[in-house]
Amino acid sequence: MIDKIAPSIAEAMSGIQDGATVLIGGFGTAGIPLELIDGLIAQGAKDLTVVNNNAGNGETGLAALLKAGRVRKIICSFPRQVDSQVFDGLYRSGKLELELVPQGNLAERIRAAGAGIGAFFCPTGYGTQLAEGRETREIDGKQYVLEYPIHGDVALIKAEAGDRWGNLLYRKAARNFGPVMAMASKKTIATVHEVVELGSFDPEAIVTPGVFVHHVVKVERVATQAGGFKKAA
Amino acid sequence: MTMSTPTYQRRTKDQLAARVAQDIFDGAVVNLGIGQPTLVANHLPAGREIVLQSENGILGMGPAPAAGDEDYDLINAGKQPVTLLAGGSYFHHADSFAMMRGGHLDICVLGAFQVSATGDLANWSTGEEGAIPAVGGAMDLAIGAKQTWVMMDLLTKAGLSKIVAQCSYPLTGIGCVKRVYSDLATLECTPAGLKLVDTVDGLSHAELEKLIGLPIAA
Repeated sequence: MIDKIAPSIAEAMSGIQDGATVLIGGFGTAGIPLELIDGLIAQGAKDLTVVNNNAGNGETGLAALLKAGRVRKIICSFPRQVDSQVFDGLYRSGKLELELVPQGNLAERIRAAGAGIGAFFCPTGYGTQLAEGRETREIDGKQYVLEYPIHGDVALIKAEAGDRWGNLLYRKAARNFGPVMAMASKKTIATVHEVVELGSFDPEAIVTPGVFVHHVVKVERVATQAGGFKKAA
Repeated sequence: MTMSTPTYQRRTKDQLAARVAQDIFDGAVVNLGIGQPTLVANHLPAGREIVLQSENGILGMGPAPAAGDEDYDLINAGKQPVTLLAGGSYFHHADSFAMMRGGHLDICVLGAFQVSATGDLANWSTGEEGAIPAVGGAMDLAIGAKQTWVMMDLLTKAGLSKIVAQCSYPLTGIGCVKRVYSDLATLECTPAGLKLVDTVDGLSHAELEKLIGLPIAA
């Protein structure tokens, strides 16, 4: 029997090695797998390469992972935020390597890894600093830059609901990087707020098919009075 | 630069947003960049159905929710809570940027530090020593939409034109800006240079050329 529902975050996290590349979902307040990041801090793997759209906010979540000194390199599109002080400090002191990637290239390079693409030509960034020294090609009169995939050893993502095969549904804009990160990693761990019986999802509506997911962990949701979901949810 | 008392008034931020909105056609799919372009959403002309895209996976984005109704799973690119209109949809990041690169967006409106007369855009970095770099979706948006419009003040605080012969700040994209909507004038960027669309009342073509320091075709 296939049962990807993990009894605990700690169990799902076991086996993450030092030096691993960890893809972490989320954009702003939406879709950040905070419980899994805390689990990774507790698990103890170090010398990590982290891939996320941002580079941590405040002192919790990814910022806490950075602060704990577990991350060697971060690949992201938008590290600078009003509250990215942990990243800023480590970056300025040379303790953290940064690979700055345009957001769409980040998403497509992750997707390419999941889809078995060796590399692809992309127009974004042509002629800019971020494409300096890179292979380019003119195709049908338009200029492109060669982009390589970003493979993950582990993906940590936040979904809304899942079943024991690992099928996932997301909630609103919390979907963001989840589906492509799930595809691109050897081990994908998703938190959900609801675990459903196999067969209860509408097959037409499943966003991430279970083949891309290895562990599903249920976590509590924090709801506001209005039915919206708080930043921490 | 010595300037005599201007006989013209700058467009306010809201007037500028309304000026941009006036040119967005019925049925257009539009991405409004973070910062000043977000204001355009408040001025979309009544009677036109315009679909707003947000890079984080939303099509058919609606206005901010009422206080207390915020849902932090539903935010815009600037991380502010928004709503979804009837007909709206959610999708993942790779699809969202495929919409841009694939030429499926009609218009994107971005802020800028500098724009060259031929439409080069600099809006992600001032190249300042020691600054933390951040690019986000700017490069993807700049080259992806069918039309990229810039919305900005024409002059810096020091009175220098932000429309230049050649950008001195790091580039976001080459030859990608079609129009610049500014507080003093609207201009088109073409491979042959600038072309005038309009100026605020009381600002002549010749005065505008003097402010920018570049020839502007009528």
